[in-house]
This record gives sequence, structure tokens and C-alpha cells, in this order.
Amino acid sequence: MKTCLVVDDSSVIRKVARRIIEGFKFAVNEAEDGEKALDACRRQMPDAVLLDWNMPVMDGYEFLKHLRAMPGGASPKVVFCTTENDVAHIARALHAGANEYIMKPFDKEIVEAKFQEVGLI
Amino acid sequence: MTPLDYEYLRKFLKERSGLLLSNDKQYLIESRLLPVARKAGLAAISDLVAKLKAPGAERLAVEVTEAMTTNESFFFRDKVPFDHFRDTMLPKAMALRAKERRLRIWCAAASTGQEPYSLAILLKEAADKLVGWRVEIIGTDLSNEVLEKARAGVYSQFEVQRGLPIQMLVKYFDQSGDIWQIKPEIRAMVQYRPLNLLTDFSSLGTFDIVFCRNVLIYFDQDTKIDVLKRIAKLTVPEGFLVLGAAETVVGLTDAFVPVPDKRGLYQPNTSGKPGLGSIGMPRLAAAAGARA
Ligand SMILES: C[S@@+](CC[C@H](N)C(=O)[O-])C[C@H]1O[C@@H](n2cnc3c(N)ncnc32)[C@H](O)[C@@H]1O
Repeated sequence: MKTCLVVDDSSVIRKVARRIIEGFKFAVNEAEDGEKALDACRRQMPDAVLLDWNMPVMDGYEFLKHLRAMPGGASPKVVFCTTENDVAHIARALHAGANEYIMKPFDKEIVEAKFQEVGLI
Repeated sequence: MTPLDYEYLRKFLKERSGLLLSNDKQYLIESRLLPVARKAGLAAISDLVAKLKAPGAERLAVEVTEAMTTNESFFFRDKVPFDHFRDTMLPKAMALRAKERRLRIWCAAASTGQEPYSLAILLKEAADKLVGWRVEIIGTDLSNEVLEKARAGVYSQFEVQRGLPIQMLVKYFDQSGDIWQIKPEIRAMVQYRPLNLLTDFSSLGTFDIVFCRNVLIYFDQDTKIDVLKRIAKLTVPEGFLVLGAAETVVGLTDAFVPVPDKRGLYQPNTSGKPGLGSIGMPRLAAAAGARA
């Protein structure tokens, strides 16, 4: 079973995302900020990361840069999922190694399309 | 709406756009046509029908016909046909036209433009191979309303998220808030024209590649056959036809044969032999083989 780490400071969003992604037959873990997400990746590198941008302690962008520098950190497909919906943010995210980008609000179809786009399903 | 009103509208729509409605689609008529009626200052569907029957109702007739079309589309819809376009159709068509350096592509139900623009983006990505080529993409649709939107090339955040890889969004769109507009250089690659597939379209000229997706599903058998035959006449012998995921020529016409192992892809039947159309499944392997 593939694994996905959902990183978002909103427990509601994490719950919604978990339900959607479990529907694609993934085992889902959650983290509420970038630092906790890095800990989770050190324990077990996921196949996919669904990543919010704005979070306390460490934001999604910082997390991504750290992740990509970690041993094995190049492999997860990282899909941003954020309200930062402007081209400048998207370009920065891609430059830092994001594979796809979802602009909130999101729904199952969009997550599915993006996961397909990066070859996760 | 009385049963007679419903029958009238069914017949009207079948004649106007080919739209085939089963006898239980009253709710669809209500939900699509009540706004049209209200806009015309009419209270109910029955009033709308009365008005349509009276002389001088052509503008209303157009509005009713357009309102009943289903225009859903998205970028790179179903993905596979666009992979086939990039990897199979385009290289073959280019080899064939190496002398003239000219390609013509037709999107026969272009709707709000996502399909022709997806093709334009793929052509742009292949631009280094197409230096000195003249490539035309013609997008046609029955509905003027969707063509207006297609020409503007303006899409909501929701519309650009479905099917469009993020790199392409960043590369080929300009953003203003929640609105994304396809860049002028991509827009300029597509010409839009109103066209009803039920009418004669032979004046469009011939095409190397025809996308006719998710429109035949609305027609009855005879209309599908008629449209496919007329498209075949405009498709060059080695050209391609692409249909939607729920559409086929099999069981309908000999004019096209399926391309083996490429779902949704067809080529004109130049073998002189009957294809699958009139006969059906058992001859599939033989007929497909003849084209390979
Ligand atoms: C579902 S859309 C398909 C859009 C696009 N080809 C795709 O697959 O995403 C169907 C389109 O067919 C158009 N249409 C319906 N009847 C037509 C007719 N008789 N002639 C031309 N276009 C027609 C509608 O206006 C609508 O925009």
C-alpha cells in the first residue's frame, strides 16, 4: 500500500484530505506543521505528500526544501494544497521541487487528477 | 409543461441540433429552459413553446437550442488522446506533409476551447520541430455562447485545475486573481467558427486530424452515421479521427476503421473493403489489420 503524508495545520482539512486520499487506497499519516512532517519523513519516507503552505513552526515551503535535501527525500511526490494561489508562489514551489499544485478550495476530482498527473494513481 | 409541449420540444431539438431526448427528460428541459423563458419575459415552458411556434422566433429558437447543449469540457480531457496526438498522430502527419509543411486540425465540437487549446499547447511544446510549418487549428461549435468564451480564453481556477499540469498553467496562462487567461500566442493558434454539424460543412476543406469528441453521444444512430461519413470525406486518407471515450464507429459506418491498440483513434477506410461498421465485432481484427 502506498503512503501519503498530509501536512496542514487545520485538522478539518487534514480530515477531509485523509478521507479523499484513503479512497485512492493510500495509508495516510498526518502532520500539523513542517517540522512534525520532517520527523515523520525521517521515520518513514512517504510516497506522496499533500502540503499546505502557511503553517506555524515551519511552513510548507521550508519543509519542502529540507525534504528534498534529506537522504531519500527526492522520491516523494509533493503536491502543494494551499490558498496561496498566485503564480509567484506556484513558481517558487516548483523551483523548490514540488511536483504539482492544488489551489484551494479543492475537491476529490482535483486531488485525483493531480495524483494521476504525477503518476501516484 | 404538457406532454404535447414536451413532444414539440423533443422534435424541435432533434431537428435543430440532433439532440436526442428520451421520453423522461422533462426535468432537463425545465432546468435548462426556464431561465430562457424568464429572460424572454415568459412564465412557463408552455409559453415558450407557444412563442417558438409563432413566426419571427428565430432568436429565441437559437437561444433554446444553445441552452440545451451540454458544454462541459476540460483541458487534456482523458489524457490518452493527447498522448496519441503528440506521439502518434503529429509525427505521422508531419512525415506525410513534410513537403508542404502544412497541417490542418479540426475540433468539431470545440465548446469553451479547452480541447483546441490543449492541442495548441502541445504544438507549442513541439515548436522546435515545427519551424517553418503552417499549422491551422479550427474550432467549431453550434453554440455561439461557448465560442465567445473560447475566443476570450478566460477560465476559472476550478477549470484550469482539472487536467492541466501545473507547469503548463504557469507557462501558458496569465493570471488575474482567480481568473486565468490563456496567453495571446496560444489563443492566436486557434480560429473559432460557428458550425452546426447537422449542416453541410464540406467548405471547411480537408484535415489531417479531426477531434470530434463527446458530441456524437447526443445524436441518434442515423445522425451519427451521417456526420461520421461527412467527416470522412474531409479527412485525408492517412489522417486521423479522434472520438470521445464513450463513442465509436464500430457498428455504425465503414468510413473509418479503428487504429489497432490506440483506443479512440480511427483512420479513413481506404482498403476498399467493408470495415466494421456494417458488420460488427467479428471482423475487427481483420479490418484493423488491413490498416496497420
Ligand atoms: C460536451 S461538449 C464537448 C467538448 C469537447 N469536445 C470535449 O470533449 O471536452 C459538446 C459540444 O457539442 C456542441 N454541439 C452539440 N450539438 C452540436 C451540433 N449539432 N453541431 C455542432 N456542435 C454541437 C455543444 O454546443 C457542446 O459545446
